[in-house]
Amino acid sequence: MHDQGAECRLHENVPNNITTVYKVGGGDYRRAAREADHIISLRIANNRLIPTCMETRSILAEPNADGTLTVYIPSQVPHMHRRWIADTVGIPEHQLRIIAPDIGGGFGAKMHLYPEELLCPFLARTLGVPIKWWESRSESHQSTYHGRAHTEDIEIAFRNDGKILGMKVETLGNVGAYLSNMASGGPTVNTINFGTGTYKIENYEAISKVVVTNTVPVDAYRGYGRPEGGYIAERAIDAVARHLKLDQVDVRRRNFIQKADFPYKPYNGPAVIYDSGDYEGCLNAAMKAFDYTARISERDELRRTGCYRGIGVAAYTHMCGMAPSRRLGRIGFNRGGWESSRVSVDSSGRATIYSGSMSQGHGHATSLAQIAADVLQVPIESIDVVQGDTRQVQAGHGTFNSRSMAVGGSSIHVCATRIVAKAKSIAAGMLEVDEKDVAYQDGSFGVPGTDIQPLSFAKVARMAYLGHTLPEGTAPGLDETVFYDPQGMSSPSGVHMAYVEVDPETGIVDILDYVAVDDAGTLINPMLAAGQIHGGVVQGIGQAIWEEVSYDRDNGQLMSSSLLDYAVPRAECVPNIRSSFQITPSPTNPIGVKGIGENGSIAAPPTIVHAVLDALSPFGITHLDMPMTPPRIWSAIQNARAGARQ
Amino acid sequence: MIPAAFEYVRTTSLSAAIDLLQNDPDGAKLVAGGHTLIPAMKLRLASPALLVDIRGIDELRGIEIGEWIRIGALTTHAELLASDPLHQVLPIFREAANMIADAQVRNRGTIGGSLANADPAADWPAVVIALNAEMEIAGPNRRRRVAAKDFFVDIMTTALAPDEVLVALHIARPEPNVRFKYRKIRHPASGYAVVGIAAALAVQDDRVLTATVGITGATARAFGADTATAFLIGKFLSSDNIKRAASIVSESAECLSDQYASADYRRHLVRTQLARVLSS
Repeated sequence: MHDQGAECRLHENVPNNITTVYKVGGGDYRRAAREADHIISLRIANNRLIPTCMETRSILAEPNADGTLTVYIPSQVPHMHRRWIADTVGIPEHQLRIIAPDIGGGFGAKMHLYPEELLCPFLARTLGVPIKWWESRSESHQSTYHGRAHTEDIEIAFRNDGKILGMKVETLGNVGAYLSNMASGGPTVNTINFGTGTYKIENYEAISKVVVTNTVPVDAYRGYGRPEGGYIAERAIDAVARHLKLDQVDVRRRNFIQKADFPYKPYNGPAVIYDSGDYEGCLNAAMKAFDYTARISERDELRRTGCYRGIGVAAYTHMCGMAPSRRLGRIGFNRGGWESSRVSVDSSGRATIYSGSMSQGHGHATSLAQIAADVLQVPIESIDVVQGDTRQVQAGHGTFNSRSMAVGGSSIHVCATRIVAKAKSIAAGMLEVDEKDVAYQDGSFGVPGTDIQPLSFAKVARMAYLGHTLPEGTAPGLDETVFYDPQGMSSPSGVHMAYVEVDPETGIVDILDYVAVDDAGTLINPMLAAGQIHGGVVQGIGQAIWEEVSYDRDNGQLMSSSLLDYAVPRAECVPNIRSSFQITPSPTNPIGVKGIGENGSIAAPPTIVHAVLDALSPFGITHLDMPMTPPRIWSAIQNARAGARQ
Repeated sequence: MIPAAFEYVRTTSLSAAIDLLQNDPDGAKLVAGGHTLIPAMKLRLASPALLVDIRGIDELRGIEIGEWIRIGALTTHAELLASDPLHQVLPIFREAANMIADAQVRNRGTIGGSLANADPAADWPAVVIALNAEMEIAGPNRRRRVAAKDFFVDIMTTALAPDEVLVALHIARPEPNVRFKYRKIRHPASGYAVVGIAAALAVQDDRVLTATVGITGATARAFGADTATAFLIGKFLSSDNIKRAASIVSESAECLSDQYASADYRRHLVRTQLARVLSS
């Protein structure tokens, strides 16, 4: 906590407490700065957050009579946990069964390897008894890895008309006392790679310094780096609009990457590629739903009566569904980018899907079954989904980085397509026709244009297991396993708008309206998709107004050690979130889906910050850091008033 | 998370409870709803050697409504919220109970526990001060009553002696023209009052006839805004007079400062929220 630089070295092998320095960029920022009409700079902070789950972490390790070990962990990544525990504790993978039961939320915090997850299996094996550990809420605050904790210095060079010519970013990312699984990846590739957001900023120069501190480790939390990256772009463009007194929407429009530009490589760099999008479309839809022009008139009129309302806008895009494996290898991520699924059809035509994805309340039992049901043309009731048991599920990477639909769902699509292809060949044998003449329609295999009686999927499935009339070269059974490694990553995008009222006497922000227009490509289940947006937006509102981990500056004591001190948003803090979707299918996967889980928590913080800054603009306030708690807003108003009086 | 070892006794007799307190004034603690004590014990902020469970003592229960309203110390927040007869005469109980924590807490937490604990940010202290309540206290061979405004001494400190039990509170039935209001700015995490203001006000011919105001959250103990109410009595309830009254209180309040809110912020809330209460 004391500012003594190298004197206060945390680890012998980490000089200056800097673990990593990472640079990215393209074009020529210095030239852009010379050509610009204006250059402004701002320093923004991304507050340290606690990934608050309904269920805290827990673990039960149970030795079995046959020498194997069963470990129950609410894990987002059961097969990764099997590998880590096997490697570290010295139990062969085949003797280790990880079961991840229904999970009460993960948000990234349950995808790391924690010491307790090694100690329990080790002790259970050594002592020959079951070992259970679970954390209380306070222990969770003190040991489950935190999120965010960045500071960004930004310099923006732009023209009089609001066109941004270049941007320079310096990030300081705090990763806590020890590097956890992905720690260095957050403030580096996941943040500054995405610092230009939805805007064409061709001259970009960014550097990230990752530092260790005597605090809880910091790792993934719903968006991991992308919220911080999106915040850079959005706070920058809003500052430009504010500086030039231009409409916040117009300035965004002027700088947007255009529909015709996709696939688009921002600043012509090597690492980022946005697959598709239509930001103008989202913006127009959001403005319409929000009734933007009428709201501006209302805001201005009310301002004259001493009622401080504000309108906030934020646009975002990012990349998710980390893949392909080759790329992950290049950036030093010690895992693959594929997902595995097995579709097993029994002899009555009922299908069981074994998916390497891992629901933490996402509703995969519905959405993954829908993908299979579409391809197999069977009722969704005929499909079961199995996840979270390494003995049942062949392999997998789990759920994080909004990958379950784009990667896990695609793998099911590919796998189910193979099932249909094989069933078609079996049907051809049963119908005694050429396979190429067989069509699969409405759940039946038939020969169009003939009076041959079509065969139901169930009848073909039965024959697959009887094997009596299989064509030459077709093996019995109707059971396929796929390891699907995508060619690329999907780029969801969207525009969110908020309408707020700030009470200058209390500093309390009332969110009157919230409109979210998101483009997550093809939607599998619109209700679950809207639920993902709702949840993400609520957590984003939490970051913007309420949540912050704090330590005592003198002794390092965690101050926000319980939910009495750490404020997560309550129902009363959350507006009716009006969510709708634009659909621009992703070209990177066979079902056109894009990630959805992280979009709300990326979009909401800048949206709310901009709305509050807009509401406070009559006081001359141009900057506030999150969380914008009532006392902080009140203080800002007091300071602005005092400044105005001087 | 795990409290220190302690003994537990359940009693149905008030005198037995008092005896237990008298025998061990430093180590024995009363427990009813347990909504402050048990979490404190889990964090080892409190380590009583003996817990005396008083939930079985009938005398501490019930809401009685006559010329005086008697509310037993064991009455839960939920019972105060639900009681229609109480709501008829003192609607502020429902209004305030509704702002306390959440349904689970309200179902177990008691008004007596809240008052005796004297958390500087609890809601009931402001309400009982605004209602001029009298606290009925039982000790070894004695009963006494203490006015609410004298009951709260300091942070977590009341007029209760270590061997005394808060039995009930008594409130004179208000005149029909008295209006009540409780207004609270919640702490976003704990739900406690950053500032909470309870007021009972009677106005006749546009002039203030009677007024009492209790303020919690702002200072080390809940207090009565006597200087402000004294100023108001006999005056028109004009916005100027309201502002003046609110300023009188806020200027003299020695406000608390913590990680969430500064003393200046609390002082500002006392002034502006009191003005809003009086204006409503």
